[in-house]
Amino acid sequence: MIINQSESQKTSLMSVLWDIQKKRRHISKDDITKISKSYNISRIELEGIISFYHFFHFEDAGKFTIYLNNAIVSKHKDFEIIKKTFEDEIGVKTGQVTNDLMFGLFETSCIGLSDQETSALINLHAFTNLTPKKVRQIITDLRNGKNLETISDYPKNNIQYTPSQEKTIFFKSYKAGKGLETLRNIPPEKLIQIVTDSKLKGRGGAFFPTGMKWKFCRDNEAEQKYIICNADEGEPGTFKDRVLMNTHPGLLLEGMAMAGYAVGATEGFIYLRAEYTYLLDKLNQTIEEFEQKNLLGKSIMGIEGFDFTVKIYRGAGAYVCGEETALIASMEGKRGEPTIKEYFPVEKGYLGRPTIVNNVETLCAIPRILEMGLEKYLSIGTKATPGTKLFSVSGDCEKPGIYEIEWGMKLKDFLDLIEAKDPHFVLFNGFAGECLSEVDFHREISGENLLAEHIQFEYKDPIEYTRKMSAVGLRSGGSFMVFNSNRNIFEILKNVSDFFVAESCGICVPCRTGNFLLNKKLNKIILRHGDKTDMSEIEEWSSIIKQSSRCGLGKTSTNCLLTAMLKFPEEFEQNLLADSDINQAFNIEKAVFDYNEIITENEASYE
Amino acid sequence: MNKLVNILIDGHTYQVEEGKNLVDAAKENGIYIPTLCHFHEVNPPLGTCRICTVNVNGKTTTSCTTKVHEGMEVQINSPELLNTRKAIIEMLYAEGNHFCPSCEKSGNCDMQNLGYDLGITKSRFPHVYSNKSVDFNSKRMIMESNRCILCKRCVEQVKTNEGKNVFSFVKRGVNTNVQIDYHEEEKLTDAEAMHAMNLCPVGAILVKGMIYEQPFGNRKYDLGGTDKTPTINGKFSDRDTKNKYIVATTSLAGCFGCHMSLLDIDTEIVDILDVVEFNKSPLTDIKEFSKRCDIGIVEGGCANSENIEVLKEFRKKCDILVVVGECSINGGIPAMRNFVPLKECLEEAYIHGLTSEIGANIIPNHEDIPKLLNNVYPCNEIVKIDYHIPGCPPNANHIWKVIKNILLDTEYTINHEEFKYD
Repeated sequence: MIINQSESQKTSLMSVLWDIQKKRRHISKDDITKISKSYNISRIELEGIISFYHFFHFEDAGKFTIYLNNAIVSKHKDFEIIKKTFEDEIGVKTGQVTNDLMFGLFETSCIGLSDQETSALINLHAFTNLTPKKVRQIITDLRNGKNLETISDYPKNNIQYTPSQEKTIFFKSYKAGKGLETLRNIPPEKLIQIVTDSKLKGRGGAFFPTGMKWKFCRDNEAEQKYIICNADEGEPGTFKDRVLMNTHPGLLLEGMAMAGYAVGATEGFIYLRAEYTYLLDKLNQTIEEFEQKNLLGKSIMGIEGFDFTVKIYRGAGAYVCGEETALIASMEGKRGEPTIKEYFPVEKGYLGRPTIVNNVETLCAIPRILEMGLEKYLSIGTKATPGTKLFSVSGDCEKPGIYEIEWGMKLKDFLDLIEAKDPHFVLFNGFAGECLSEVDFHREISGENLLAEHIQFEYKDPIEYTRKMSAVGLRSGGSFMVFNSNRNIFEILKNVSDFFVAESCGICVPCRTGNFLLNKKLNKIILRHGDKTDMSEIEEWSSIIKQSSRCGLGKTSTNCLLTAMLKFPEEFEQNLLADSDINQAFNIEKAVFDYNEIITENEASYE
Repeated sequence: MNKLVNILIDGHTYQVEEGKNLVDAAKENGIYIPTLCHFHEVNPPLGTCRICTVNVNGKTTTSCTTKVHEGMEVQINSPELLNTRKAIIEMLYAEGNHFCPSCEKSGNCDMQNLGYDLGITKSRFPHVYSNKSVDFNSKRMIMESNRCILCKRCVEQVKTNEGKNVFSFVKRGVNTNVQIDYHEEEKLTDAEAMHAMNLCPVGAILVKGMIYEQPFGNRKYDLGGTDKTPTINGKFSDRDTKNKYIVATTSLAGCFGCHMSLLDIDTEIVDILDVVEFNKSPLTDIKEFSKRCDIGIVEGGCANSENIEVLKEFRKKCDILVVVGECSINGGIPAMRNFVPLKECLEEAYIHGLTSEIGANIIPNHEDIPKLLNNVYPCNEIVKIDYHIPGCPPNANHIWKVIKNILLDTEYTINHEEFKYD
């Protein structure tokens, strides 16, 4: 691939679009004409890019653009009441903008505030723990011209638990430069060796060995290489990266610089999800401080040739951009569609050059490993997964928030720790993860004795399942949503399915169409119109989507449904009708309703 | 030429050039992997349709994006993979509006050809009846988004000489569609515009005035094709073969064309009458079922309340239900009203239409007149159907071969000419 001039220029496109969206509250036809001219692309290509990201609007989105999180945790709180209150106060329905263009109200996927729902973003400032009273006050304040930022709630960290002082890795005191200092005696190859020996794996949830990724990237010769921090934490129920960036932005920058040092990259980028725009100032300030202290810039720590800079890119609302190749496409000013992975980013990534994409937590772990020493790090956690893991806990428990736990904790103990009363159903690893039930509660949270993917869910019999799975560890990127037995499992599954229909990029058939059709099928079961045939069809369709989708989004989109069917067969059976040769979802009264209306109306007009 | 490597495909070893695309490497050795979005000029491959999903060293992936290397083990035709491939095509048929008999691209359509190839007779997924835009605004082209399968060929391949995109994906997820840049489209040469139409694997991109340049019957896929042996889904258990088989037929929202075709086997009908007795059927004019039937043959989809009643009755009274023709399988021509509100349809027919009397204001209705449904439904969305015979109408030989196949429990091969109808 040859990088032409226009492609490298297009990297500024997203920030140009953001500037216009922010200033004018939408991107107009004239803007599109102007921008497409200056980037030398066709208008339709630009429209394609803009329409991919749901925070960009073609029509005025209101002076104050309000977004409500429609993920299940929010729905279980007061989503409906809050939505209604907003609608009543501003006088328009969700999805609309007031006539005076003052307010626009929209729904969005999880905004990373699951521990303080019901929450909203207004012009990307956070408003948390909303009550109808609070909503009315916010609208009144905004009408009276109060400053949006001052009335907003800067999200709380809610760090609920860390292990004992000597075992804590992330949430302990931090002194800028302490990690980088250690590099004076560590050449890049040795650093990669340490990371490899630490068994650190991608903490976004994919668990690719970090040391191996770095080594691949180092081995690829190139004039320029890049380090990208994936801070597009979009998995519903996850917010650990938000807290990590809020409390330890310096640690992240050090981790990135170290990655640069290890692989020979001098430029780093943080791809920050738009929902976390309120973290922007803090991150920029930290970057500036680091530059002043020579912890970023040229010859860092006085090490000759250790140059590294960090810039921030902002996403614009697309879950799929958390997939590394989609993220890179987005940074290059394209639609955030995952590639076919002809090359991995470590071979040809950002602008066609070797690129490392690592999660926030992964990068933050590295300076800590160096600070505390490999040996000590390896003594924490389990053999396959040393160290600690951050969990974002939300749902039906007394203490939602962030937990730093040592790998190896039993799930049962973890549920006690978060004070989950009557835990019934756990969404482990977010919407793309699996459903856990009582049969899993005695398993441990770790990467021990993992099964190959294809044999993981084959056990139909719960007793057999328990026997075979008891020693198998549970690994997660960090989203942990717990639901009690009063919750309707179908409401949760429908929410998950709606999410994937909304967030599929649309480029491949099984994920785009399959999930859409599966969603309708799920509706049939929920409405109690389905029978056993429908259940086996759901199973078949889910497997096809899983088997043939183009990227991780599609491949994992049906995990939750498949595992829920496995673990909660009674709840599904309760909703099924007896088998029939006739489609019981078809309702003749409904089907002729329109006709009857038309005839009645027509007859009334005779006179 | 690169060095040769050994790969294993469905248990056989082949020598192929290292680094070659798996689709091409297999093709050179006479092995066919079905593809749809794959196009030799587009590099890197698109990998959007996922039809060429195969199993490589234990993991499913697409062949068009796989480069061969030494020792690679490939599974192409396991039952599971064949089913996945079929399902993906069926998803596309359900997602868009693919009425082959009324499509300009018929015979040149890659997806239609794949449908024949994979032996698809119906979609297991309920039809969405998409109502996306049909864009006539650009100077030379028509963009029929309801037929677009979002393969991305045009987006990647059709550029102006300044390198600008003429087509682009717009929106995302299930709302994604391809749109044309009118301004850039004007800059294409006529040959480039034709290239865009030919590049499109379905009938989504059409060049005005050039649509029928190549006559039907003379098109890319009109002559090829393979014969098919249908599979038997259900059998009669220990039936007393001395008695005649009892068959019922009906036409729901259809044109009776399938019934005409049914009779189109000339003198053979006499032989059939030796073994078959017709019960409720327009052929016998028996209005009500007088006994239980072995086979029910249904033409047409469901457009009104009577169709539903009749179809359910057929399901109850017949052991095996066979639907014939496009209308019964995907709604066909009657289902084209699914894109227009019912009120508009009725007003156009009885009040505002050109043939209505001036001052007409009555939409006929009476308790004896069946009520129109909000949509036209294919039969398999109302009751379980055992066999689907596509065609508009299906060939008489095709219909009777299937019926005989079911009745006599013997295997027949349907010749390609017998089931290829467009």
